[in-house]
Amino acid sequence: MGVAKYIKDEKDSIKEVIYQSGIKVKPVYTPKDLEDVGFEYDNDLGDPGEYPFTRNLHPQGYRSRAWTTRQYTGFGTPQETNERFKLMISHGQTGLNVAFDLPTQMGYDSDDPKALGEVGRVGMAIDSLRDFEIAFDGIPLDHIGSGLTINAVASIMLAMYQAAAEKFGYPKEKISATPQNDILKEMIGRGAWIFPVEQAVRLVGDSIEYSVKELPRCNPVSICGYHIRESGANPAQEIACAFEIAKAYIENVQSRGLAVEDFVGRFSFNLNVFGNLWEQIAKFRAARKLWAKMLKEEYGVQEKKKLFLRGLFGGGGSGLTKEQPENNIMRGAFYALGAALSGAQTTALCSFDEAYTIPTPRAALLSLRTLEIIMDEVGLRDTVDPLAGSYFIETLTKQMETKIQDEMKQIQDVGGMVHAVASGFIQRKVAQQAYEYESGIQKGVYIKVGVNKYALGSEAQTDVELHEYDEQGVDKQIAGLNELRRARDNREVKRLLKELDKAARDGRNVMPLLVDCCRAYATVGEMSGVFRDVFGEWHEPSIF
Amino acid sequence: MITKKIKILIGKPGLDGHDRGAKVTALALRDAGMEVIYTGLHQTVEQIVRAAVQEAVDVVGLSIMSGAHLPICQKLLELMKVEGIQEIPVVVGGVIPKQDIPKLSELGVAGVFPGGTSFDQIVDGINEVAK
Repeated sequence: MGVAKYIKDEKDSIKEVIYQSGIKVKPVYTPKDLEDVGFEYDNDLGDPGEYPFTRNLHPQGYRSRAWTTRQYTGFGTPQETNERFKLMISHGQTGLNVAFDLPTQMGYDSDDPKALGEVGRVGMAIDSLRDFEIAFDGIPLDHIGSGLTINAVASIMLAMYQAAAEKFGYPKEKISATPQNDILKEMIGRGAWIFPVEQAVRLVGDSIEYSVKELPRCNPVSICGYHIRESGANPAQEIACAFEIAKAYIENVQSRGLAVEDFVGRFSFNLNVFGNLWEQIAKFRAARKLWAKMLKEEYGVQEKKKLFLRGLFGGGGSGLTKEQPENNIMRGAFYALGAALSGAQTTALCSFDEAYTIPTPRAALLSLRTLEIIMDEVGLRDTVDPLAGSYFIETLTKQMETKIQDEMKQIQDVGGMVHAVASGFIQRKVAQQAYEYESGIQKGVYIKVGVNKYALGSEAQTDVELHEYDEQGVDKQIAGLNELRRARDNREVKRLLKELDKAARDGRNVMPLLVDCCRAYATVGEMSGVFRDVFGEWHEPSIF
Repeated sequence: MITKKIKILIGKPGLDGHDRGAKVTALALRDAGMEVIYTGLHQTVEQIVRAAVQEAVDVVGLSIMSGAHLPICQKLLELMKVEGIQEIPVVVGGVIPKQDIPKLSELGVAGVFPGGTSFDQIVDGINEVAK
């Protein structure tokens, strides 16, 4: 996925290069190319830290501060995850990105029949505040920010994070959580959705509105182009979808009477790095510029800091292969390089065993070391946006800008992102592209080293150490849950759940009640159950 | 002689939401001339079996990326037996470690197509088991 199409002659000379976004690349670029695209330093780039921020959000880039690293981490019980958090932090990781298991992501308790086989498998099991207290024990929550990869029940997890932090003595004004909280991208390309589109967007709006007022250091949403690209979108579409999703959330919060200027500055993004290196770099530079322009021109945002495209640009797993997994270590290094050349503030890197399992400590540490070597050894902190002025990169950046805008227009033409998702328009488009791309790989149209070129055949041994799923952890988790239900004040929980139900039905912001419910040790399943009752579940549109 | 179109149900059991493989395979099988019914996400094993019965499919396919393929397949095959449709072959694709392929066969799964299997191999494999 993500590589360019190369048309070669019989001598293996490249005749044509076509990027996934559709841009054709010439053999040579000269000053004339910059003239042809109308390139102008002040309009198109600006200095780093100056509008439109094409070069970087900050005047000194990595000279001031290396990137924040957040490897996606979590499995088994909260206890085990707490240990892995501490391990990664001890090895130099500067932020957390929490992985939750599927029952938690889907709003089920660990003993729910639907949770069978999934408790603690792809992330840690969280049933209540007590689990958060274990998971974050000993983590300095005023220093370390936590990405929470949670979407359908992000409102619950954000409330729970606040409750946990307060239990540890951290005031809510000091903590920095970034719940992913991007339900529209779930519906396009990640699948951990529960409620119908409108109601789900309402919950996103509730959490943004609450966060802006009560949790000033939190980033209430991390809009994900990442998964949309993983599902088959090309890089221009990735950004276009992310921006159109952002608009849907902006409009929801705006409709509550808040000024865009007052909340959009806390939006963040989660974007993907894999495939062709130059295409990624041009994409991010164009994206920074377009986001700032859009906020300024369409939403009247003035303050500089609020125009920033803040985000995690991270290595994408779909670029990795099952075949010859150690090749993925090299791929990871190049993706990390791409992220650095793109000026990523925060980053993460897919681990080499991605196609097999969740990362072992060895694989996770290798990813982290890759990111550290890029920053500390090979010169990516030396100067800001080192590729600026390149005839190729500046031409490509301008072309990518146009592509992104074209893709955005297509979504606008079908009535905007909410409609595009509810009708299945985006999903069908992305699935069709994924199919075409996969066909292309199988036919050799796109080269994938180790897969269709330099392949070793199915007899080749691939000894990948697998992270083992711990069945005993499940029993432990369920035992803890049962004990919790016995020990807590059940009348209080019942009362609060009833209040939550009422607030959900009345259209009031559910966050304050969620915080109360969490404090009383209501479970994820119970709180989600209330929302299931009130909102119902989404029926996804057909793919054909 | 008119060959009847193979009717295949592609199910996404359990909570896992990674459906690119299921969707891409569904499109490939449709292009190969099969009649494909895709259940969508978050199906219980009961829902998949019910759909298989209602749609009178020739093959049941599961797409599982989360690693839970062994417990899910076991439950599915048991339930198919209870419902009297145990003669319908079951095939599985997704993130399936090599060492689990014989275990799946032992359970009664007719074909395993781990990620990376080509469309041609999947089509041939399904044609084989549907005989």
